[in-house]
Amino acid sequence: MTPSVMPEATRKPSSGFDLKLYGPFLALAALIVLGTIVNPVFLSPGNIGNVLTRTAFIGIIAVGATFVITAGGIDLSVGSLAAFASGVMIVVMNALVGSMGAGLPVILIGVLVALGLGLVAGLVNGLLVTKGRMEAFIVTLGTMGIFRSLVTYIADGGTLSLNSEIRTIYRPVYYGGVFGISYPILAFAVVALIGALIMYRTRFGRYCAAIGSSEDVARYSAINVDRVKLLAFVLQGICVAIAVVIYVPRLGSASATTGLLWELEAIAAVIIGGTMLKGGYGRIWGTVVGAVMLTLIDNILNLTGAISVYLNGTIQGVIIIVAVLLQRGTVARR
Amino acid sequence: MTFRFGLAAALAAGLMVAPVTGWAQQKIKMGVSIPAATHGWAGGLNWHAQQAEKRLEKQYPNLDVVIVTARDVGRQANDLEDLVSVQRIDALVILPFESAPMTDPVRAVKQAGKFVTVVDRGLTDPSIQDLYVAGNNPQMGEVSARFMKEKMGGKGDIVVLRGIPTVIDNQRVDAFMKEIEGTQIKVLGMQYANWNRDDGFKVMQDFLSRFPKIDAVWAQDDDIALGVIEAVKQAGREKEMFILGGAGMKDMIKRVMDKDVLVPADVLYPPAMIAEAMEITAKHLVEKAPIQKEYIIEATLVTPENAAKYYYPDSPF
Repeated sequence: MTPSVMPEATRKPSSGFDLKLYGPFLALAALIVLGTIVNPVFLSPGNIGNVLTRTAFIGIIAVGATFVITAGGIDLSVGSLAAFASGVMIVVMNALVGSMGAGLPVILIGVLVALGLGLVAGLVNGLLVTKGRMEAFIVTLGTMGIFRSLVTYIADGGTLSLNSEIRTIYRPVYYGGVFGISYPILAFAVVALIGALIMYRTRFGRYCAAIGSSEDVARYSAINVDRVKLLAFVLQGICVAIAVVIYVPRLGSASATTGLLWELEAIAAVIIGGTMLKGGYGRIWGTVVGAVMLTLIDNILNLTGAISVYLNGTIQGVIIIVAVLLQRGTVARR
Repeated sequence: MTFRFGLAAALAAGLMVAPVTGWAQQKIKMGVSIPAATHGWAGGLNWHAQQAEKRLEKQYPNLDVVIVTARDVGRQANDLEDLVSVQRIDALVILPFESAPMTDPVRAVKQAGKFVTVVDRGLTDPSIQDLYVAGNNPQMGEVSARFMKEKMGGKGDIVVLRGIPTVIDNQRVDAFMKEIEGTQIKVLGMQYANWNRDDGFKVMQDFLSRFPKIDAVWAQDDDIALGVIEAVKQAGREKEMFILGGAGMKDMIKRVMDKDVLVPADVLYPPAMIAEAMEITAKHLVEKAPIQKEYIIEATLVTPENAAKYYYPDSPF
């Protein structure tokens, strides 16, 4: 198999049924059927709404991760960064209530702080990888520990809670919505749409795939490899910040356990969606489906009493492996 | 805080009249090894340990307390080696990450001739420890079940959110189930929520979709309970049920104190137990005060009447 630098949009639709392309969607459909069999409540608008709203955090982060992974990198620091940004956002907003009073301006500043932190964190990761010439795995393993311990330090080992007045104003950002669709779902949809546009319709998206496919070839093709990689990490940081902005109003708190293992969930969503872990081939819509699948598995297990709770992890693992097998089957035959 | 055996009166009296100066000349060193503050309860544990360190070092000028925190079993074992070889401690107060893997490392400390106090999670070989201070997990389940039985008049539908699959969690849940045996309380569903707010929120959302009528929730832990409360509020079903957590988190104690109908009570499993263990150990070391082999901290039911006694507004937990 020759490495393909073509994003899927420019690929001519082949005459045969492309299991690799549709695999994640088939797996999702199978999961929905399974959920309906397990419990009729599964399809109720309330449940579907809950599941999609919950997916938004991991989904938005995973959209960012798709770019980093497509460009041949990896970011392990996203969960810790989410916790750290949530913590700082809460501390800043709490501190401002005293002088500014509880109101929209305080929340806007909080949001800007989160976005700024995401951007800076992405820059730091990206610069260490590109200018520092270090493995992304090692850089982000380091920053993962740094962000996690910083939030523990700020929280004094306990939990940071948002001022209750601010909380009341900010709360609808998670719990409210328009036409019955919650804001987190809308945010997720918008981020995915923009992600897809960037991945499939811009030079940057194509460069990501090219670099992930072969960095040297990309370099000889006069692609500014460092700049593209740096931008991918910055994009990831901003995605984490957007997730934080809709996460904080949910429980109004951040602690050392916030966002634990989110990095693995995001990577899993990306891979289930059909993006290759070694880079060179990314798909945003697959990532969206992958993220939804991960939350659905949890949801279905909670809706049934038939399976021993000790086996939840096994069921999750099996479904993830089968979902990826479904797509890999055809790749091997090519 | 009450002990099952009670603090020896003589011991308490000794504290009052003890002269602050004039102890043995050389410094006595006490090492404290606890899990790092990676979740709420451990955060409280760290805070109480630090408070106790300040208090004890002031009270006994020739006592030096060294606190080390570890993120996992392996690191805790390393910490013990450092405490003995580098810090040259005289006594160790340890809250083991896990019982079985920490047993041999603690045995090595004991064999080096140090006094050993074990807190909360017992070792697999209890003969190693000189002193054991612990919360009572089975009793926590029992007290929770008894309260719910009473409050519900012996019948109704409940859901249970468990912690992380561990011995502690099993002890609590087993005792709880045993206590509601024979009543008409039906456990509709049980899932792990990992002592975590986010998981408590998600699991409860699903339980609320799945069961049209829930009379009560046993969340077992205050972090889980806070997630549960949000999910119940979102579903607009806060009039239908009450929620019982556990541990003694300040937010929850405050709710009980304020007579929140959603949270009528809480069951103690206080992180302050580390401070008790440090105090008893220090007193024994410095004053050679006699001690019991075992202090079990009761899983007290916190109600609006006694809540003020268990409220630490400065603690991070």
